Amino acid sequence: MKLQILKRGWVYVVLSVAAFISVFPFIWMLIGSTNTSAEILKGKTSLGEALTNNFTHLVEQVDLAMLFYNSAKIAVIATALTLVISSLAGYGFEIFKTKMSERVFALLLAMLSIPFAAIMIPLFISMAQLHLINTHAAVIIPTVASIFIIFYFRQATKSFPSELRDAARVDGLKEWQIFWHIYVPVMRSTYAAATIIIFMANWNNYLWPLIVLQTNETKTLTLQVASLLTAYTPDFGVVMVATTLATLPTLIIFFTLQKQFVQGLLGSVK
Amino acid sequence: MGTHNHTMAQAPISRRETLTGWLFTSPALILLGLFLLYPIIYSLTMSFQVGKGMNLSFGGFANVYRLTQDPVFLHALTNTFTLLVIQVPIMISLALLLAVTLNDTKLWGRSYFRTALFLPCVTSLVAYSVLFKSMFAIDGVVNSFLQTLHVISSPIPWLADPFWAKIVIILAITWRWTGYNMIFFLAALQNIDPSIYEAARIDGIPAWARFAKITLPALKPVVLFTTVTSTIGTLQLFDEVNNITVGGPADATLTLSLYIYNLSFKFMPSFGYAATVSYVIVVLVVILSFLQFLVARDRRST
Repeated sequence: MKLQILKRGWVYVVLSVAAFISVFPFIWMLIGSTNTSAEILKGKTSLGEALTNNFTHLVEQVDLAMLFYNSAKIAVIATALTLVISSLAGYGFEIFKTKMSERVFALLLAMLSIPFAAIMIPLFISMAQLHLINTHAAVIIPTVASIFIIFYFRQATKSFPSELRDAARVDGLKEWQIFWHIYVPVMRSTYAAATIIIFMANWNNYLWPLIVLQTNETKTLTLQVASLLTAYTPDFGVVMVATTLATLPTLIIFFTLQKQFVQGLLGSVK
Repeated sequence: MGTHNHTMAQAPISRRETLTGWLFTSPALILLGLFLLYPIIYSLTMSFQVGKGMNLSFGGFANVYRLTQDPVFLHALTNTFTLLVIQVPIMISLALLLAVTLNDTKLWGRSYFRTALFLPCVTSLVAYSVLFKSMFAIDGVVNSFLQTLHVISSPIPWLADPFWAKIVIILAITWRWTGYNMIFFLAALQNIDPSIYEAARIDGIPAWARFAKITLPALKPVVLFTTVTSTIGTLQLFDEVNNITVGGPADATLTLSLYIYNLSFKFMPSFGYAATVSYVIVVLVVILSFLQFLVARDRRST
């Protein structure tokens, strides 16, 4: 019995240390926003008085409203388009299976492991030829047909009751009406989970926007945080405030919709 | 319910329905053709071209030869491999350990621990780069913490030393992705029938043997999945090294993706050669995924 308690004790020690390490950087971020750059670099872990100063400096340097607008615009449009295009495809691949469509699907899965670095140069050249460099369309278009999300919707469609489809057909509904009026409402929790995953991925996206968005007017919040950080002498107080602002939306989504978020991650492997 | 649907869906479908199916998938397929398949092929042909900027001409295997003579490429390749070989096993074992610990239903505060461990996944790669870069400053919080604990006597030059810079990158990636991988292990653990453990316990099988004979075999597909995705992820490492260390010091954290970016968008663009380097990643992904599948299959048959 004593051994049991001792073993339990170790479990709590391990978990507490791991939880502390996981959470500490967030506390560091919040505390850092209130300290000066020098204090942050000296490792000060108590609240300071520089918050308003940091915020004022940030607002002087960058157009915060525009950055938020750009990030939100890209994330919202990309999420909406990805949901429509990828769920249509996932539904199509599962419901209308043929030998040929299964082969195409296998090819898609094989392409899932192609690293982004292998396509970014041709993609950049194509975007330049289409005169889309420095437009948000260039960021959005290549991401909306996501193999990962197509796969996710296909897996979810396996649990869509075929009786519903049969009944709708008897009632004379066309295929697109079945999709729009029956499938979408029935699968709303699947859509909710996918929305979170896609939105976060777009909000946090860095490499591709970095390549195609080179003007200040088109920059996203994430890009701005990176360029503040990689400046010759970064002001960490300012960077911390910017980082907090960039992380806040995803934190809020996480805490309000944690269950769907986890479900969304797991949906693709179940 | 699942099996019933399955048999219904697998009945041969009419030509009309086949066409409808393609209409559903065509928007995605057209986009993937234009913005994935075409670039993959384009970049393959580009890897046989030499020249600066857009003035490219056929160069045969000149780029492949250049790879073997390019010390920076070899450096980036070694760095990427070092990070991969050390980081992925550490992270997967850690994720597994935490998942097994958290799977105990009698554990107090279980959901709080799970939430805390999962929290790092919400940060953008850029955001957590900010945090790690500032925490690992020479007089920063990590050094002063370690000094208070008397683990070290003088501050470690984390970001200024080639060895320690790699360690910071490994710590950073492990922080960001362990909780993410743990979630997959937790889900798989919850699918194991608890009565199997109960029976084993009654038979007097010790805890470590239960872990080795019941838990591990059941988790094999998840271990494979997380290892393959983590390998692909680490092979593509870019955001962290570009923001925490900018590939330095002395190229110690230069990765293949960062080198491709530098070749294409930082220096005088050398698209053909950059495409060749990118195909090195493709080849590595294919070989490593294949090896991991082989290992997984081998273990399954024995």
